[in-house]
Amino acid sequence: MPDNLRDSTSRRKLSTTAVLARLLVIGVVALGVAAVFAYAGGWLSPDRLTQARVITAFEEVNGPHPGFRRNHAKGICATGWFESNGQAASLSKAALFAPGKVPVVGRIAFAGGMPFIPDEPNTVRSLALRFLPAGAEEWRTGMINIPVFPVATAQAFYEQLLASKPDPATGSPDPAKMQAFAADHPEFVAAIDIIKKRQVSSGFADSTYNSLNSFRFVNSAGASTPVRWSTVSLQPFVAAPTGDASADKNALFDALIAEVAKHPVQWRLVITVGQAGDPTADATLPWPADRKEIDAGTVTIDKLSSEDDGPCIDVNFDPMVLPSGIEASDDPIPSARSAAYARSFTLREGERKVKPPSAVTPQEVSSVDKS
Amino acid sequence: MSTQSQRFAASSRVLHWLMAVLVLTMLFIGVGMAASESARYSTLVAIHKPLGIAILILVAIRLVNRLINPPPPLPADMPAIQRFAAHASHIVLYALMFLLPLVGWSMLSAAGYPIVLFGPLHLPPLLTQNATVYATLRQLHTILAYLLFATFLVHFAAALFHGLIRRDGVLESMASWRSGR
Repeated sequence: MPDNLRDSTSRRKLSTTAVLARLLVIGVVALGVAAVFAYAGGWLSPDRLTQARVITAFEEVNGPHPGFRRNHAKGICATGWFESNGQAASLSKAALFAPGKVPVVGRIAFAGGMPFIPDEPNTVRSLALRFLPAGAEEWRTGMINIPVFPVATAQAFYEQLLASKPDPATGSPDPAKMQAFAADHPEFVAAIDIIKKRQVSSGFADSTYNSLNSFRFVNSAGASTPVRWSTVSLQPFVAAPTGDASADKNALFDALIAEVAKHPVQWRLVITVGQAGDPTADATLPWPADRKEIDAGTVTIDKLSSEDDGPCIDVNFDPMVLPSGIEASDDPIPSARSAAYARSFTLREGERKVKPPSAVTPQEVSSVDKS
Repeated sequence: MSTQSQRFAASSRVLHWLMAVLVLTMLFIGVGMAASESARYSTLVAIHKPLGIAILILVAIRLVNRLINPPPPLPADMPAIQRFAAHASHIVLYALMFLLPLVGWSMLSAAGYPIVLFGPLHLPPLLTQNATVYATLRQLHTILAYLLFATFLVHFAAALFHGLIRRDGVLESMASWRSGR
């Protein structure tokens, strides 16, 4: 094109109609780009599952609890260390698996979004850990004390959550909704059967916690192995008592605080090594019982604190915070957890100034400690 | 006609179009990952972080390049209000291309997350961990991203306005592919 284009006198004048038509084209193109952006952001698809919708569902089921985690709301902080024996180093090049001691910051909690729910052994319990090797990449993992996860996808998780929402008329969930969910999800029914057969321990310390989700360990030669892991309690197993609930609303936490005041509590970190064909993408399915297990070392917790003055309150135990040597598998749940946790974390961090004290306060921890 | 070049320097055009692709990709990834409750979320996050740092490096190079190769002057007959809009929107675009990655990096720092680029390659935290600072920066990151997308739309519409209606060579000064300077 000629270099004198800038000379406005050489331009053929557009008719008013042509100007309007071209303005319309510009408007339509710009709006089209904006529409694609809106589509990417989920505004045009009200049925798309988003972080916001999952977290809103938690708030609808549990009520508003500003400043608290939207799930695993009731918990305390734990600190200690992981002593690696080096046996997992052949599977994973992660620095924390080299022989030696690694500081650990953890959180022990009940699953569910109720921060003041009375302690009850049948409520699912969780152990979240953050491994902090000096000068190397950290690892965060959250585990629960059931053998398989009840759902395989975030969508099913969301539907199950909505089915458990209390009916405003009765104040309790509508059993018909849960039945309808179960009818659509045979994998849920099968998983619940396995979960119901578990032995329920009396407390946090004698519980074994499982990753349930599958990941991959990658060693220094680049070999990738599907894995799941568990922290297996080294405290003697005591079955949960049947009968009336304790009058102490924090009975399980107080028992743990009293135990740790006497002696540290320990778990073995056990890596279950999967084989080709093991269901990695479905956390409702157990792996065959004969899978090889590697004892990677011992997690020791020697100090507990209220989350109100402890080191875990501002930690998002995002299961996708993985060091080199631990990678995601085709299991869709860890990524979905990562997404929903991020939303919960952002909300609660912004609400810190209005957060009421946690159920287990610093005073309670120190008074139980001394009793 | 002025003897000054009527086109952007080749380096400016390359940087402009490269960053146009990266920034738009980034905006769509950002808005998409904030609305993804699936395996896609982690994939998008893993692209978002290194891409943001790439944009931060490129915009710094681009600013230096702009000082070395100033843009061609706007047409003399452009109304003052359009001139003002052109200059102001470019300042906003440059400011946001610097700010968004820096706010993102700071926000991850304040949250206590490791700031992973690729595998073991990490960035150091820019801030110490702080709940309120994190929550504020996280919100700011979203607001600035929407502002960048809105400014991009205005920029894009203005480019088409120059190309289709004013036909004053401004679009061609950036979007002309003939060889040479």
